[in-house]
Amino acid sequence: MRFVDEFRDADKAHALAAKIAALCEPGRQYKLMEVCGGHTHTIYKHGLEDYLPESVTLVHGPGCPVCVIPMGRVDDAIHLASQPDVIMTSFGDMMRVPGSDGSFFDAKARGTDIRMVYSPLDSLKIARNNPDKRVVFMAIGFETTAPSTAMTLLRAQAAGLTNFSVFANHVTIIPAIKAILDSPDLRLDGFIGPGHVSTVIGCRPYEFIARDHGKPVVVAGFEPLDILQSIYMLMLQLSQGRSEVENQYSRVVPWDGNMVALKVIGETMELRPYFEWRGLGFISHSALKVRDSYADFDAELLFDVPGVRVADPKACQCGEVLKGVLKPWECKVFGTACTPETPIGTCMVSPEGACAAYYNFGRMNRTRVREAQVTRS
Amino acid sequence: MCLGIPGEVIEFVPDQPDLAKVDVSGVRRMINVGLLADDPPKPGEWVLIHVGFALSKIDENEAAAALQFLEGIGQAYEDELAALQESVIE
Repeated sequence: MRFVDEFRDADKAHALAAKIAALCEPGRQYKLMEVCGGHTHTIYKHGLEDYLPESVTLVHGPGCPVCVIPMGRVDDAIHLASQPDVIMTSFGDMMRVPGSDGSFFDAKARGTDIRMVYSPLDSLKIARNNPDKRVVFMAIGFETTAPSTAMTLLRAQAAGLTNFSVFANHVTIIPAIKAILDSPDLRLDGFIGPGHVSTVIGCRPYEFIARDHGKPVVVAGFEPLDILQSIYMLMLQLSQGRSEVENQYSRVVPWDGNMVALKVIGETMELRPYFEWRGLGFISHSALKVRDSYADFDAELLFDVPGVRVADPKACQCGEVLKGVLKPWECKVFGTACTPETPIGTCMVSPEGACAAYYNFGRMNRTRVREAQVTRS
Repeated sequence: MCLGIPGEVIEFVPDQPDLAKVDVSGVRRMINVGLLADDPPKPGEWVLIHVGFALSKIDENEAAAALQFLEGIGQAYEDELAALQESVIE
């Protein structure tokens, strides 16, 4: 239990837990999905499931940007990075994601010039300092990072850079939630909405979940109390037979999002007809490509991208974990063949991945008991 | 990458309205504040930063709470700070 009482206001947490328990109808099971990997991290780190009644289960969703990148896309990126005079840049989280022939780190060890950057803007400086090289930024992330890529494209164009391009892999959260809602494998009662994605898109895009699917959504902050408060708000809606979108994180998330961010995304990028997600397969209109008016900065047009499609390794069950159908420890290779040091699947790579979060923290807590229950059942 | 890290705006860069110097846990670096063009922060105000961009303004209490939370999560925040330290945005 050592992580459980670590956070401040544990008394408030217990009070919220009691209020949540009081809302549970006898005999009813509640499944709530936290869409965002940042929330998953907090839940395991602080053992929040220990605060919940047995009838309330948290299901981890697909909101981990690194986790949803299919293997073939990593292979494409390494192919791009291996072209003459190319310097590829990407976020640190991306470096250990396995492709079919190793990760960015492995490619780097073989001599490919792949560099970690904190911000896409750092890539512009690398481009300016290396005029005889072609700098390709591998852009990943949901709507949280898409505005930064958009702003970087705008700056690159304003600066007249001719040796910078973007390999766009931005995905959008709503189609992924739709895919999960349409999945026959999973019955959910409500959603803990992503905090920082909603800073950009606001709360309105979730309204269809409440209106058309009759499921409540509460956009949540990242602290343990934020998440417990959001679970309480969801349970209150369920107990009252309501399904609405509520904003627990209004101190950061404006209801309408960030209009400047949405505008620059729209200026520089457009929806792809479809995009492959790890575990979820091809989803229509679920990812962004560089807009035609910025074609000079689109790595997919400037280079020959093979468009590799690779099936996940047989043993890997990231797909089921990403859809919330399996808990991390139910995967056959979890913690044995697949660890953060030698990940087979993406969910074990990123700190936001459910498997990595559970591997690092969850095993300390009650989930060990649950693990035993699962093994028995 | 999806961590939002709070920073206090220290100063703006003359002739570059999109750039501001911020202080994040003692690390001072340049970030882009262009996404807050509708309501730009002033020196002394706090912003939530994602990959070198301020994405929202926050108040000081929220910043303090968020910092305490981030310091508690350990490695991921240390990695983020180390990456920020390497960053040169211009």
